[in-house]
Amino acid sequence: MLEVTGLTTKYGAISALRDASLTVGAGEVVGLIGPNGAGKTTLLGSIAGLLPIDSGTIRFDGNDITSGAPEKILRAGLSLVPEHRRIFADMTVEENLKIGGVTRSGAERAELLDEMAELFPVLRDKWDTPAGYMSGGEAQQLAIARALMSKPKLIMMDEPSLGLAPILVDLVFELIDTLRAQGRTILVVEQNATRMLRAADRAYVLRSGEVVATGTGAELLDRSDLFDTFVGG
Amino acid sequence: MTELLQNLIDGLGRGSIYALLALGVAVVFGIMHLLNFAHGELITIPGYLTYWAFNQGWNWWTVVPLIIVSAVLSSLLIERVAFSRVRGASDFTLLLTSFGVHFIVAAGFLLYVSASVKPYPRPGWFADTIAVGSLNIEIFDLAVIVVTIIVLAGTTWLLQRTMFGLALRAAASDFDTARLMGVKSDSVIRGAFALSGFLAGIAGVFWIMREGQVTPTAGINPMLQGVLAALIGGLGSLRGAVLGGLVLGLAEVLLRSWLPVGIQNLTTGFVFVMIALLFIFRPGGLLSVPQVERV
Repeated sequence: MLEVTGLTTKYGAISALRDASLTVGAGEVVGLIGPNGAGKTTLLGSIAGLLPIDSGTIRFDGNDITSGAPEKILRAGLSLVPEHRRIFADMTVEENLKIGGVTRSGAERAELLDEMAELFPVLRDKWDTPAGYMSGGEAQQLAIARALMSKPKLIMMDEPSLGLAPILVDLVFELIDTLRAQGRTILVVEQNATRMLRAADRAYVLRSGEVVATGTGAELLDRSDLFDTFVGG
Repeated sequence: MTELLQNLIDGLGRGSIYALLALGVAVVFGIMHLLNFAHGELITIPGYLTYWAFNQGWNWWTVVPLIIVSAVLSSLLIERVAFSRVRGASDFTLLLTSFGVHFIVAAGFLLYVSASVKPYPRPGWFADTIAVGSLNIEIFDLAVIVVTIIVLAGTTWLLQRTMFGLALRAAASDFDTARLMGVKSDSVIRGAFALSGFLAGIAGVFWIMREGQVTPTAGINPMLQGVLAALIGGLGSLRGAVLGGLVLGLAEVLLRSWLPVGIQNLTTGFVFVMIALLFIFRPGGLLSVPQVERV
């Protein structure tokens, strides 16, 4: 479904990403793990069209989406839950969700709003509250719900558990399981490597901008040589 | 007491025009961080069209829509010709570009129309007043206040209730994230310029009526008042822009009436001193917008 080949992205003279390749098949949950600064966020940002790409190609559903504008890539069916959630703080929960569904028709948007209210009870209780008043866990659920409002074929999440209390981290991973059960395709960047490897069908290990290992979650968990990478050493 | 009330109504009338101008400045600033020093051209251009139209035998009934439509179109045209080319550039580049647009438009009228003042008739009811108790209210002030209330209500509805309004607010709050949601950058920026032009057009109707004449630099004063009001209110805050406009209008009128006779000409100077004091104590303006961390 998603096919990234030989992606290189530079910040000035420094390559944040070097010749990175990965694939995500329909219905898969794929993890992307590695220490701080490994290039995980850069990879998602490059796919979503937020960052300029130096070389490489990105194909989605058979179409070349390399270097497309973010709003075009979203329309192709790829949605990103950005790092730090980036919810619209001065807009209400409902308004945030509506913006998530900006590409959908009015009737479809109304249906999706109902769907999100059901999937995320905590949001239903805060429907008319400005999103800036929500706790970190609530805001993360809103960010994910907002991304789902576009009915994406593939949803990418950047560090969904970042800065959350342990019990809320559990909630995020439960949510990933729920979404998988609905047959959705998910690409998740996580620092919580062990946890991610248990939740993912497959995973890629990124280090200093390069993909250094790939395999099923179980395979990678057994690789003691990667331990340092997992713990961010 | 009567004098105070009289001044308040005067100040609100003046401030309403500033509020509309400031709101237009704030809408564009919110979207692309452009402090638009060419905002006054949205009054200069319709001003010359007004002069032209009266020479063709038009009257105010037809000139008013002309002013509003031409302000919207000018705003869109300036975006297309100038600002779309520097999108994403530094705030300073954007600022310089807007200065450039101002000077080019002013020079264009100077070269191709005339340097001299071009007059046109004010509406017949311009100086009429109605007596309410001991107050003599200018119909003009009343019209400005009523129209401003209607336009602000409409703008609020647009921003709160329509998808375009939501997209505009989302883009103002975090442009990249709004695009990630599928908000089209072109549409939302053009929409912001159209709205800004419409608000300037409404303000322009009253500004142009009041002036009774147009010159190549006619846009400087409305631009300054609009930008100042937006700064007073807190750049980026739409509510702040409206508040800033009203505060600026009231301050001007009240100061003029309170200052001793000999130094009334210094009203503008005093207003600037007050603004300077405001920025010492509240650098972000009255309703400062918390700076969202952009990562």
